[in-house]
Amino acid sequence: MEHDFYTLQDFMTYTKGVVYILLPLILIGFVGFWRFLSAQDREE
Amino acid sequence: MSHDAAHKPIMSPFVIVTGILLVIGLFITVMRFTGGLAATTNLSDYNPWGIWIGFDLLVGVALAAGGYVTSAAVYIFGMKRYHSAVRPAILTGFLGYALVVFALHYDVGQPWRLPYPFIMQSGTTSLLFEVGACVALYLTVLFIEFTPAPLEWLGFKKARNLVVKLTMVLTIFGVVLSTLHQSSLGALYLIAPSKLHPLWYSGYLPVFFFVSSVVAGLSMVIFEGSLSFRYFKDKMDEAHMRDKEDVAFGFAKAASFVLAGYFAIKVIGIAVDNNWAYLATGYGAWFLVELLGFVALPAFLYAVAVRDRSMTLVKYTAGWTVLGIVVNRLNVSLIAFNWHLPASERYFPHWMEIGISLFIVTIGVIAFRFIVTRMPILYEHPDYEAH
Amino acid sequence: MSISRRRFLSWMGAAGAGTAALARPGHSATTQHFEGYADAGAVLFDSVICIGCRRCEAACNRVNDLPAPERPFDDLTVLDERRRTHWDSYMVINKYYPNGKENPPVYGRMGCNHCLEPACASACFVRAFDKAPTAAVTYDETVCVGCRYCMVACPFEIPTYEYHKVISPRISKCTFCHPRLEKGLLPGCVEACPTEALTFGTREDIIATAKERIRRHPDRYIDHVYGEKEMGGTSWLYLSGVPFSQVGKREDLGYIAAPKLTSGALAAVPIVVGLWPVLLTGIYAVSKRREKIAKEEKENAVAQAISAEKAEAEANLTQEKEKAKKDKEAAVEKAVKKALEDAAKEAEEAGKKDSEEES
Repeated sequence: MEHDFYTLQDFMTYTKGVVYILLPLILIGFVGFWRFLSAQDREE
Repeated sequence: MSHDAAHKPIMSPFVIVTGILLVIGLFITVMRFTGGLAATTNLSDYNPWGIWIGFDLLVGVALAAGGYVTSAAVYIFGMKRYHSAVRPAILTGFLGYALVVFALHYDVGQPWRLPYPFIMQSGTTSLLFEVGACVALYLTVLFIEFTPAPLEWLGFKKARNLVVKLTMVLTIFGVVLSTLHQSSLGALYLIAPSKLHPLWYSGYLPVFFFVSSVVAGLSMVIFEGSLSFRYFKDKMDEAHMRDKEDVAFGFAKAASFVLAGYFAIKVIGIAVDNNWAYLATGYGAWFLVELLGFVALPAFLYAVAVRDRSMTLVKYTAGWTVLGIVVNRLNVSLIAFNWHLPASERYFPHWMEIGISLFIVTIGVIAFRFIVTRMPILYEHPDYEAH
Repeated sequence: MSISRRRFLSWMGAAGAGTAALARPGHSATTQHFEGYADAGAVLFDSVICIGCRRCEAACNRVNDLPAPERPFDDLTVLDERRRTHWDSYMVINKYYPNGKENPPVYGRMGCNHCLEPACASACFVRAFDKAPTAAVTYDETVCVGCRYCMVACPFEIPTYEYHKVISPRISKCTFCHPRLEKGLLPGCVEACPTEALTFGTREDIIATAKERIRRHPDRYIDHVYGEKEMGGTSWLYLSGVPFSQVGKREDLGYIAAPKLTSGALAAVPIVVGLWPVLLTGIYAVSKRREKIAKEEKENAVAQAISAEKAEAEANLTQEKEKAKKDKEAAVEKAVKKALEDAAKEAEEAGKKDSEEES
């Protein structure tokens, strides 16, 4: 997967697009990881 | 609790005024969707955004900030004594955002295409994309945060308890989304440095918008709390009555100091762009009115009110601060925008634009009243434990 | 320019390719340089040569099938009033008198400048605008929502809106005759120009031409090619004999390309999403822990109070018990004593009786 970018606009459209895909994954990941992290607290 | 107040028709002038505003609003709605934007607005090729964006969107979103501010204070910062303020704030936030989205249907040319950025093609470099995504998500979050009230009202215990379990996650999501879109509304104008007056244009615009949204949220909770006390006193339970002043003074103290911070960064904004000279112009005078009259003054008045434990001063200062937020948002979007154009090309709203804005506020008031008089907003449902 | 041919591995590719990919400056927009499409076209508008005949306007109207104007294009009195682009006119020629009415007028063009980094494209949330390889900034009406943010964003105030349309209003602006360019034809206006006021070529050639004209006639031109750098550069370039602000061009727009104006704010978005939940959860955890400690302390205090009371109560009880025991002992002693006394008395009385019987 290689890309040619001729304008900053195209480059930003692409990179921001990738970031917008990552963001929901990050948020969901945080919830899951926090549950994993504090599992013992819940058992108490 | 006085019981006869609940049965007498509350404010029949209220019914008359809202009735008239609704009829006018419906009439303009028909005009808008049969005659187009040209028939109902004073928008032009120089002035693509009028009060339907400047007031309905920018002011609407800022004043609906009470939801995230209050829920963050109570659930994240652990200020349990403000718990009774959460539900009314969430309700106002939810109604506010729902009406913002509703109002956008009047403003955009092809409202049925509003989901296009998310289902057809995404303009990821646009701040408006970010605003749209966050507003859509946050409206959903607010809706879920609001559902315990109707679920208790309807008696769906299991569903209600399930939603309550999500409180923490929803609150954190809410704060994240609010931080993003409150600031991005200011960032919308970053792309137009040649159109917005230098005193209002700043690289800090997103920060200004975010910080002032906190002030708006705090002040709206106080302002709306005092109105609720006036008109829906009979719906309040003991906890509400008891905590009412505690909430008002606590929030006033917070608002005062956040305003102090806002004042500081506004001054820094002038300094980093070396805009001092503009202060001596006409726009500069108006800028100082905003900065001193609607930022510094309420910061001071809130402080005096908290020191003197004056409930009256807190209430009036809250109202004044809310007005200050309106002034700021209109300055950025309309008054200081296109300042370089000759007077003949400047924008002034058509009466029908004002009519729709009033119509939308009216719908909000009616919906608030409908919900507050039925669902457990200002009191705790006896069958459920507070969460 | 080979820089424009720089290739970037996608994020997935970069993950696999490792350090080789990281060595390329692909990590942020600020360190990058984009030169645009190499062979893209450009147009030079020379206001020194323009005679204000309006034939470009007529051609624009014709090739784009725009509605006929109220007054015909050969009516030059139209030029007496200041005009701007409108939904039915993609470009207009305006007449200026920078040297006073007694001197000949100068003409200026208002129309899309087809920025190298278009503000409208940066602002559009459905990507309706695109900088095409032909240099045209194209508009896709099939996705346009009608938010009009492009009109807010455009520093040249070019995009216009069909406010009068009810069902499907569109943005309208100069297309650079994109379909004609793709066919290898000249833009309508350039083709129609009777003088050399409009010249089409590659951007490099056009800039060279413009600078050559300035070099040859330094008395006729001011030494500035408008659009070479403005807003990061445009594909329409302008020459003038008077300051550009006197022929309807703003000179205070700056040289920063539109996407760079918002890149900072956009860059803050993912950082907020990445760190806010951590910060907020941290605050939550701290406040919750404080609450827990407070609760425990309270419980401890209560427990202590209870045990202290219990001890006191026990002490009281033993005291009472001892007292009761003593009382009991005393009572028993008393009873024994009394019984002994009684017995002695009885024995005495019995002795008396016996002696009486004996006597």
